[in-house]
Amino acid sequence: MAHFTKATSIHDWLNQRLAVDSVKKVLATEYWIPKNINFLWAMGMILAVTFGLLLISGIFLMMYYKPDTAFAFDSVNYTIMSQVGYGWLWRHIHAVAASVIFLIIYIHMFTGIYYGSYKKGREMIWISGMLLFVTFSGEAFSGYMLPWGQMSYWAGTVITDIFSLGSLNLDGLVQWIRGGYVPGDAFLNRFYMLHVLLLPLAVIALIVFHFATLRLPHVNNQDGEDINFKEESDKYLSGNTKSSKVIRFQFDFLSKDIVIVGFFMIFFFYLVFYHFEFAMDPVNFDPANGLKTPTHIYPEWYFLWTYEILRPFPKNPGLLAFGFAQVIFIFLPFLDRSPNVAPANRRGIFKIWFWVLIVTMVILTVLGKLPPEGIYTTYGTVVASFFILLWLSLPIVTKLEKPIGSKK
Amino acid sequence: MAVKKERRNFLGLALGGFTTLGGIAALGAAKRTWDPLPSVMAAGFSVIDLSVTKPNVLYVAKWRGKPIFILKKTPDMEKNPREVIVGDSRYLICIGICTHLGCIPSYFPKQHKFICACHGGQYDSNGEVTKLPPPLPLYIPPFKIDGQKVIIGESSPEFQKLKAAGLTA
Repeated sequence: MAHFTKATSIHDWLNQRLAVDSVKKVLATEYWIPKNINFLWAMGMILAVTFGLLLISGIFLMMYYKPDTAFAFDSVNYTIMSQVGYGWLWRHIHAVAASVIFLIIYIHMFTGIYYGSYKKGREMIWISGMLLFVTFSGEAFSGYMLPWGQMSYWAGTVITDIFSLGSLNLDGLVQWIRGGYVPGDAFLNRFYMLHVLLLPLAVIALIVFHFATLRLPHVNNQDGEDINFKEESDKYLSGNTKSSKVIRFQFDFLSKDIVIVGFFMIFFFYLVFYHFEFAMDPVNFDPANGLKTPTHIYPEWYFLWTYEILRPFPKNPGLLAFGFAQVIFIFLPFLDRSPNVAPANRRGIFKIWFWVLIVTMVILTVLGKLPPEGIYTTYGTVVASFFILLWLSLPIVTKLEKPIGSKK
Repeated sequence: MAVKKERRNFLGLALGGFTTLGGIAALGAAKRTWDPLPSVMAAGFSVIDLSVTKPNVLYVAKWRGKPIFILKKTPDMEKNPREVIVGDSRYLICIGICTHLGCIPSYFPKQHKFICACHGGQYDSNGEVTKLPPPLPLYIPPFKIDGQKVIIGESSPEFQKLKAAGLTA
């Protein structure tokens, strides 16, 4: 048994039992971050804060929401919105945060792609991040079902229908997922369970895992420089903080982070109070009706690009293309055959590949919102095919890239 | 030492084996829990009494959350292999969902046609497409004739014949 002495303070009492000083060192004060970074390195913290907002607002919404097809719509649109004190605030925070978190996720992802932060030991950071993206997508979809409006119902119908896998006609599987022939009470209840328990648990576990994957390789820096963290942190601890290339996580990096988080909060609450409507589709203010399809069905903005990859093709090729788009990002560390860890603008042809990918996804997003008629279907087919070709070309593009000497 | 290790391996395998069995059984239970409930399955059949139908008046019934169109034909409507004959009456029985993008068409009795408001598709009184964009005629659900009643959701030789002839998907 360990030797315990009479504690001299509460801190000492805790320290003898929980080693709080060592834990703090390992997790915060001696966790090292490069100095050579910019505001894009704060996106992780913004995501953590936004997830916190979703969790807190969600807890309050849960107290009045009723997962029953007869009461769900009114519990949201009547009870929470006009009866519960400040119910509207939680709902608007929840809806805006759910939408904005995807904006930040995309920025976070494309920062990683731009600076090559997914290779040379950082593969697991990328993979765990993509698993988080998938789980968050599940959170977004299951949450979208809960107000039980027309868009909830029909999005639920269309998305669960995907599991019939085209000509395989797996209707039994679709009915199993729905717990009925069409989305109904069992469907709403199970998606409620997924949304408030199982998926958030998975998200929290994956966030912890995502942090753990950062531990050994550390975060990347603006030049993709291979920093000797042992050497640089020793330099810092010996008092030579100026010439060291690294800073402490707490509070050096955190104090930089919090400034960016502050700017984000201003933007976020501006949306919550003055422009929450962008996160609320007007069609979803009609109660779910299985006998009346909305004339034009489309997902939230962050899923439009994948939707546009599913939609313009005939059924089976469309599903294959959709499946491809869903999983291809996770393989990025292995599709990039270049040894360079550097920002895209120093990587020759990869720079073009990167910006073309962004433009392609923006075009797909715009097309996904337009009705699937006439010339738009043709544009959609061309751009969606181009997206697939772009990813297939990545190993060749990166193979052709010249190795650049490690900088500085 | 070697003997002890073997015993440990055996214990590990036994524990792992029984845990796997229990896990598989639990998965089976979990799967069953997600199955549609018996009450939901029972609603998978709709019985419609045809004796109350009048010629050229559209009846809409509900089956598995979808609208079912029943149209008793007038003598001047031409014969069609898709129609269902009950006694001496001829009927159109179909799922009332446009095969284009899932909207619900409306019936115009004077023109004897269905028009879909969403993208302008039209069907005749046999459910066949007369104006694009719908890719296919209106689907015929599995049905069974029982006297003056029709059971939607249960297959029958008549339905199988229609299906075999490629008259419905």
